[in-house]
Amino acid sequence: MSSAPPAPAENSGLPGTAGAVFVAGLRIVWRYVRNQPMRFTLAMIGATGYAAGAVGTAWVLGAVTDQLVIPAFDRGVSTQAAAVGAAAIVGVGLVRAGSILLRRYNGGLTGLRTRVDLRKQVTDTLLAAPMEYHRSRPTGELLAHADADVQASTEVLDPLAFSVGVLVLVAFSLVALFVVDPWIALVALVLFPSLAVLNRAYTNRVATLVARVQVCLAEVAGVAHESFDGALAVKTLGIADAETERMRVAANNLRDARVAVGRVRAVFEPAIDTLPGLGIIVVALVGAVRIGAGTMDPGGLVAAAALFGLLAFPVRIVGFFLQELPRSVVATGRIDRVLAVPPGPQPGVGVTVPDGPVSLRFDHVGFSWPDGSTVLDDVSFSVAPGEVVALVGATGSGKTTLCELVVRLMDPTSGVIEVADIDVTTLDPASLRRTVALVFQESFLFADPLRTNVDLSGELSGEQLAEVAGIAHAQEFVLATPQGWDTPVGERGVSLSGGQRQRLALARALARQPRVLILDDATSAIDPVVEAGVLANLRRSMSATTLVIAHGLATIRLADRVVFLADGRVAADGRHTDLLNVPAYAELVRAYERGTDGEEAP
Amino acid sequence: MSVEAPAPAADMAEAPAPAGAIAVLRRALHTSPGLLRGVRTTVMLALFGAAGRVVVPVLVQQVLDEGILGSEGVQVSFVAWATGISALLVLAVMFASRFTYLRVVTIAEETLADLRVRAFAHIHRFSVADLDETRRGVLTARVTSDVETVARFAQWGAIAWVVNPIVIVVLVIVLVVYSWQMAVVVVVALLPLLPILRFLQKRQLRAYDRVRTRVSQTLTALSEIVMGAGAVRAYGIEKRSKERMATAIDAQFVAERRALFFVTSSFTTSDLAGSVVTAIVVAIGVVFGPGWGLDAGSLVATLFLVTLIVGPVTELNEILDQTQSAVAGWRKVLDVIDTPVEVVEPVDGVPLPPGPITLRTEHLCFAYRTGPLVLDDVNLELPPGAHVAVVGETGSGKSTLVRLLTRLADPTEGRILVAGVDLRRVDPLSRQARIRLVPQDSFLFDTTVGRNVALGRIGADEADVAAAFADLDLGWWVDQLPQGLDTPVGERGDQLSVGERQLVALARAQLADPGLLILDEATSAVDSVTERALASALERVSAGRTTVSVAHRLSTAEGADLVLVFDGGRLVEQGAHAELVTAGGRYAELYGSWLGGTREPPVPPG
Ligand SMILES: Nc1ncnc2c1ncn2[C@@H]1O[C@H](COP(=O)(O)OP(=O)(O)OP(=O)(O)O)[C@@H](O)[C@H]1O
Ligand SMILES: Nc1ncnc2c1ncn2[C@@H]1O[C@H](COP(=O)(O)OP(=O)(O)OP(=O)(O)O)[C@@H](O)[C@H]1O
Ligand SMILES: [Mg+2]
Ligand SMILES: [Mg+2]
Repeated sequence: MSSAPPAPAENSGLPGTAGAVFVAGLRIVWRYVRNQPMRFTLAMIGATGYAAGAVGTAWVLGAVTDQLVIPAFDRGVSTQAAAVGAAAIVGVGLVRAGSILLRRYNGGLTGLRTRVDLRKQVTDTLLAAPMEYHRSRPTGELLAHADADVQASTEVLDPLAFSVGVLVLVAFSLVALFVVDPWIALVALVLFPSLAVLNRAYTNRVATLVARVQVCLAEVAGVAHESFDGALAVKTLGIADAETERMRVAANNLRDARVAVGRVRAVFEPAIDTLPGLGIIVVALVGAVRIGAGTMDPGGLVAAAALFGLLAFPVRIVGFFLQELPRSVVATGRIDRVLAVPPGPQPGVGVTVPDGPVSLRFDHVGFSWPDGSTVLDDVSFSVAPGEVVALVGATGSGKTTLCELVVRLMDPTSGVIEVADIDVTTLDPASLRRTVALVFQESFLFADPLRTNVDLSGELSGEQLAEVAGIAHAQEFVLATPQGWDTPVGERGVSLSGGQRQRLALARALARQPRVLILDDATSAIDPVVEAGVLANLRRSMSATTLVIAHGLATIRLADRVVFLADGRVAADGRHTDLLNVPAYAELVRAYERGTDGEEAP
Repeated sequence: MSVEAPAPAADMAEAPAPAGAIAVLRRALHTSPGLLRGVRTTVMLALFGAAGRVVVPVLVQQVLDEGILGSEGVQVSFVAWATGISALLVLAVMFASRFTYLRVVTIAEETLADLRVRAFAHIHRFSVADLDETRRGVLTARVTSDVETVARFAQWGAIAWVVNPIVIVVLVIVLVVYSWQMAVVVVVALLPLLPILRFLQKRQLRAYDRVRTRVSQTLTALSEIVMGAGAVRAYGIEKRSKERMATAIDAQFVAERRALFFVTSSFTTSDLAGSVVTAIVVAIGVVFGPGWGLDAGSLVATLFLVTLIVGPVTELNEILDQTQSAVAGWRKVLDVIDTPVEVVEPVDGVPLPPGPITLRTEHLCFAYRTGPLVLDDVNLELPPGAHVAVVGETGSGKSTLVRLLTRLADPTEGRILVAGVDLRRVDPLSRQARIRLVPQDSFLFDTTVGRNVALGRIGADEADVAAAFADLDLGWWVDQLPQGLDTPVGERGDQLSVGERQLVALARAQLADPGLLILDEATSAVDSVTERALASALERVSAGRTTVSVAHRLSTAEGADLVLVFDGGRLVEQGAHAELVTAGGRYAELYGSWLGGTREPPVPPG
């Protein structure tokens, strides 16, 4: 890897030297198989059995040549002798087949089970990881951790048992060959180490190239993901050709990387394949000389040739194994970095929210994004139990950010947020989330039936479901779908319009019977009639402490009080009518009254 | 690259979904004729390489028969010559294999890169009815993981499929040369293996189909964890997501274990078959061989040949599982490429004239895939340069209407005339430049603010982008961004607030300066002062422009020349704002509600 080709070598995540890669790889393999002792042991027994079976096959073939074939053409043999010979061949064949079954099935299971474990660990970690972690990484990368990385890190397990078996096979073969003739054994002693050297050189050359393939692969996936995600934008902008060009570049890079790997493989693979054949040729020469000297039987030659032939395929398996090692090291490194992500936010000290109506309080709350930009500077206000407060502010003033702080998608950089006078960071997260429900500005639907999308905990009765859906005006369109509440959202289900999604999201929050309800512009895509109905319903049926973000007066008028957010601070706080004296606020809420045909200009 | 004409529907009927490997291969060759490039030379090289595989067994036979067991006893010089020549041959074969391999890999990779790009381009030609967000994950898999299964196959399996059949044929020929009787014995003994392998192969194929289904279910569960990270946390449903993930992973494991079982069974079967055939050859050979004129060396060579034949058969079987998933993956990719495009672009399209665009629809009807009618007999006429507001209840088909107007899908019935021309006959480039939609969800690419806006017009530079913001009186917003136009927006625009994303999407449309601008709730998340300012800026720059705005904030409708009111997919009212309010219908009701919320104190209409 010293011939440092372009950038990927640096961030390929491989330890410096080939030796270090090898050791790191073996350590990973050990870590994985240790967790599957039963399967791995059975696979190893199979692999050893296979080695014995293979050597046995060669030995039986040699014996059959000496005691059956040659005599048959000299003087003829009995049918009985022929049957015994055939039975011997089938016998070792059965041993071999049985051990293959054992090895492959259990070896395969070792890999499958390890994948199951790793996938669960990775997804559990992703679930527990703080929101910042998710925000700071591309979606494609996170998906790859649980998918492609797990695959790549464990593929080395597939040829593992066989590879170890091959080592046993080589050992058995050497012994068998010594029994046949020491000179022939010497040929083997030259051959096998050169195979090892060849394999080693191969692995070294191919490791960086393979890492580069992984990088290109991620690039292709990234382009596809983003481009289809924004399919509508691509269409409306008419940039499909440009997008295709982007994909072409990524696909061609991947192709070139793969062909580069292919070039190296084209050199080494045939060489590795050819060596055993060359070995047999040398054995034939040496054998003829030894047989001429009378120190060896023709059967010995046949057995030796059979052994070399048998080794050709298994030796390649070792090659696969060695090739997979660096890939596994890189991928496992990535997985380990995910697994090391601490869960967050810190779960607090387990205080739970007391029963009854609760208040919500922001106390000198400040928040800055990781890139350093400060959104909230010093925000202080409170919402009394059962009170409805409207949060008003210009685009980008930090309203959404403030809402997300309450449910602890992030924690404030400074200051404290209190629910029922308890700092949310000390609250038991489960208790916090039972108490507070946030309706996101952009509604997210799960690929589930409509019912499950609303009733996340699966505890609502039919009437309760109908009730919350009624408040959110969702009942009507849900019942119009083919299977009503059982209609799935997603690939085989319905697609909903923007307003339908919002109403479903609203119903979802209400279904939890929250004591604090936060609506982040949750009716923006709902028409005025329905919006008025939803808001009136909320007012009538909810006793929750409510923080509602609004642009329109319809929502603002629902509130007992208005908090006006500007420049990261609370610029005004009070009743709507009182706030109209604050010029910036008045401008914001009265914007629609100005300029309409001039007739209502202030 | 030449883009193939959309496959006629007949092609689809010819190749029903679960087609066998051969059918898939035929379709693949049809789609990628490049696969056959230089195939003759490749096959010649493979032939040579395959022939080379018999060098060693023939050598063993010759050495045994002529060099050792011959009538003159052991002849070292003969053996030396024979081994020397064999060694040279084997080395030559090594080089031949190298080139075979390189050729196969190069062609396979080129084909796959091409296939990937074509599938990708083709998917972008789908109508929006097929592109809704629920299908995007599946489509992404088509150009990533499905192509990958084929690529993996190309690296290991493809060569074996080229080389091994040739090896088998050559070996059978050599067998016949030694003794046709023994050749018959070998072939007959091997025959029963084929139906057994076929039986197992069918099971295996089905098992792999199931694996793929399970894998995509795992990915669905996974995407909930990643894409829904915020919702999962806010609602504290980690436990539920965790359980679903575990269920999906376990189900995938069960499917994979089943597939593994069949792979293992068929592999074991062919290995055992090798032993059985060898035993049969030995038994028959030693009993009848002398009578058939065989000698010991030939029989031993025959034994080696049997191992050599079973080798490729086994290897073919070994790569069968890979082949199965490759076939399944390839089929899925081909299915995408062969999906007929509904929105077919005209060949000699009519370009749209400059200036504002008139728009007319006649008996417009539309239904998504299997759903009910979403638009029902919509007839409307928009005068050039008009500002038209579209209002109506949630789900009444407003977004669907504007999608049809921009040809993201074609009407199920009826037609749309822009500037007097059927939209289906309008030149696509002209359409994309002159008609611009700002969709309800503003999607931003993971790059900077400036580059996102520049996508609005081919060849736009930074000055054009700044000008577009200035046109909309949004210069102040750009100025307060941490890095101005170079501020990164994050994935899908995540690092901007929802309202800010809409500002970027608007500037992007303004940059195109279209003759027909369609805004689908394009300012729904923008604060009212900014929205108001935007509205007057748009009015100023829209002199030569027809504008259609879908909005729930009826301030838009108040200032419009024409208001279209939709209800349940039908156009129920149209007219000027004042007219409709006086008429006291659906619109008057909507307006009343909005007014009730927005004016204080409420001003009674009329
Ligand atoms: N992940 C992020 N990294 C950096 N900055 C961000 C990120 N997310 C949001 N911002 C910035 O934080 C500011 C506040 O965003 P927020 O979404 O809270 O605004 P908002 O008041 O909800 O706006 P809107 O009314 O448009 O929804 C914006 O200027 C936005 O650009
Ligand atoms: N891609 C789709 N596939 C199938 N049905 C869809 C799709 N998109 C929308 N629909 C359905 O078509 C109907 C009309 O939806 P559309 O998005 O046009 O409504 P809308 O008037 O824009 O509503 P909103 O005001 O909520 O945005 C709805 O019932 C919706 O469920
Ligand atoms: Mg917001
Ligand atoms: Mg809509």
